[in-house]
Amino acid sequence: MESLSRADRVELLRAMLLMRAIESRALTLYRQGRVPGSFYDGFGQEAVSVGAAFALGPRDRLCPLHRDLGAHLVRGVEPARILAQYMGRASGVTGGRDGNVHFGDPASGVMGMVSMLPDMMCVAAGMAMAFKLRGEPRVALSWFGDGATSRGDFHEAMNWAGVQRLPVVFVLENNQFAYSTPLAKQFAVDPVERARVYGFPGVTVDGNDVEAVFEAVRAARERALTGAGPTLVEAVTMRMHGHAAHDDMRYVPPELLAEWTRRDPIERQERRVAQLAVDVADLRAAVDVEVEAAAAEALAAPMPDPAGAARGVFAEGEPEPLGDGRAPWSGFADAVAEAPA
Amino acid sequence: MPTMTYLEAIADALREQLRADPRVFVLGEDVGAFGGAFKVTDGFVEEFGEERVIDTPLAEAAIVGAAVGAAVVGMRPVCEMQFADFVACGFDQLVNVAGKTHYRFGLAVPLVVRLPSGGGFSGGPFHSQNPEAWFMHAPGIKVLAPSTAEDAKGLLTAAIRDPNPVVFLEHKHLYRRVKGEVPEGIYETPMSARVVREGTDLTVIAYGAMVHAALEASAPEALDGASVEILDLRSLVPLDTQAILASVAKTSKALIVDEANETCAAGAQVAALIAEHAFEQLDGPVRRVATPDVPIPFSPPLEQAVLPSVERIRDACRDLLDY
Repeated sequence: MESLSRADRVELLRAMLLMRAIESRALTLYRQGRVPGSFYDGFGQEAVSVGAAFALGPRDRLCPLHRDLGAHLVRGVEPARILAQYMGRASGVTGGRDGNVHFGDPASGVMGMVSMLPDMMCVAAGMAMAFKLRGEPRVALSWFGDGATSRGDFHEAMNWAGVQRLPVVFVLENNQFAYSTPLAKQFAVDPVERARVYGFPGVTVDGNDVEAVFEAVRAARERALTGAGPTLVEAVTMRMHGHAAHDDMRYVPPELLAEWTRRDPIERQERRVAQLAVDVADLRAAVDVEVEAAAAEALAAPMPDPAGAARGVFAEGEPEPLGDGRAPWSGFADAVAEAPA
Repeated sequence: MPTMTYLEAIADALREQLRADPRVFVLGEDVGAFGGAFKVTDGFVEEFGEERVIDTPLAEAAIVGAAVGAAVVGMRPVCEMQFADFVACGFDQLVNVAGKTHYRFGLAVPLVVRLPSGGGFSGGPFHSQNPEAWFMHAPGIKVLAPSTAEDAKGLLTAAIRDPNPVVFLEHKHLYRRVKGEVPEGIYETPMSARVVREGTDLTVIAYGAMVHAALEASAPEALDGASVEILDLRSLVPLDTQAILASVAKTSKALIVDEANETCAAGAQVAALIAEHAFEQLDGPVRRVATPDVPIPFSPPLEQAVLPSVERIRDACRDLLDY
């Protein structure tokens, strides 16, 4: 892909490897009883959050979901803080106030998700509305799943964004199941087709091809910046684990899992990157070392002080809005330098 | 000092903040060209333009959700629910997204949701509710309910300048019936209670429209010269516990009036507070007058039968004074 440099393509792989390594490590910690509650991961869906987040600029804002750890990694959230987050430690992103991927590091330009889906589509529309109101060349992006398309907030956000031609990108992460409910019981018409009736394009992309996801979101972002309005990007993928760690997925046909195993997004990008004379084994090893160090740091972190449990419900003083995050795509090298303070 | 209606005072606060702060904007159903269902934003679109006075689709979840999104990227949105009842459709965004964000990861969500609330004019079950207790029960949301024009302006100003989600209950019955002197220019009313009338024999605690009903019900000439203190809560979250306990300590008797449905209403919280912290000072049971737990009926005799009336409040005052 012309827009991606060699370093970009390696970085896409690295971010996906990092996501999988963190979630694998966290799953072990969960089984060891060190992760309270349940544990939710994005196994097999790494390309969707990494590819889409990679297409966003430093001043864009993101609303990822619980299988989108890659978005946080692309924006620069440190693995040790994420593992501490899973374990409810004081050094986690929310300091133990919320678990899983239910966080947003304000400094990274990411808004934390809520479990009611797809509430964050409305929030992303509001961010985009503010950018438009202020005449700023920025976009907002919200990820959500196939199940979320059944709720009213999906309709309200899609309609609102279409009516006001907002600079927002909606990424539908179609992973075949909403908990145990298959697509056939979720909708009669593929939701990507609904985009047109809300007045903007819907495109379907192979959600297990990180470069294809990147390219689709890059194009959607460009379109939004010209004032043409939103785009719905449907990334077709597969949830390779249960809804959460407690779910044995008995409802998923084994042959379906076998088919998607062959389409693993990380192996796919590894094959591409290997052709660029990059030592993929080295890259994997480096990621594993990084995650092991992060796990050690997180395990050494204290639990939060119970005395603080009732503090911080209300903000005081002048609020600090979401900050700018890391935007590693080489296409932003100039934009970062030119960005107003 | 100019005299304004409660409604004009709300509009005045909103207009001043729109003029003073480019981050402030208004969004809601029919707030633009039509000026809002109750005309609070009449003339706003002409002065501030369609970008800052936004007519939205009929979508309360998106109105609140979009306000959250705008707030976290540096704006100060002020949403209007056409009627307070419709906030039920935006409840999830308010309670789960707006209210919990700062606690979860330290990100402030400065927004205001204006709720034209209350009954008394045959609005029926969907245009008469007082939903303040829903939000008192949800952590992270401030809840304000002024009773006078001066407080309406000062509290709305404080709400817009607050770094948190604030629901602002403006009682429809007061919009054009209540008038008063309102200071010119920008001022904030503190989110605390106010003693409306000093007294020594009984404290009547109320907010919103019920402050006026309580004042009329407990006039000295109607109660054989009894000295009844009226405390206007003004703010339900934060709740001014100090003022409530101080007044009860002085009078030893408390009557709490809300127009909302009785169970778990704001008044129930006040009653619990007094029972727990002022038991030793009491010289009678804590009494409440509220709307029974029924939807607000449409037909005038039915509606008047359930809303707290001046007579019911007066009877409760008499019972307590005689206790």
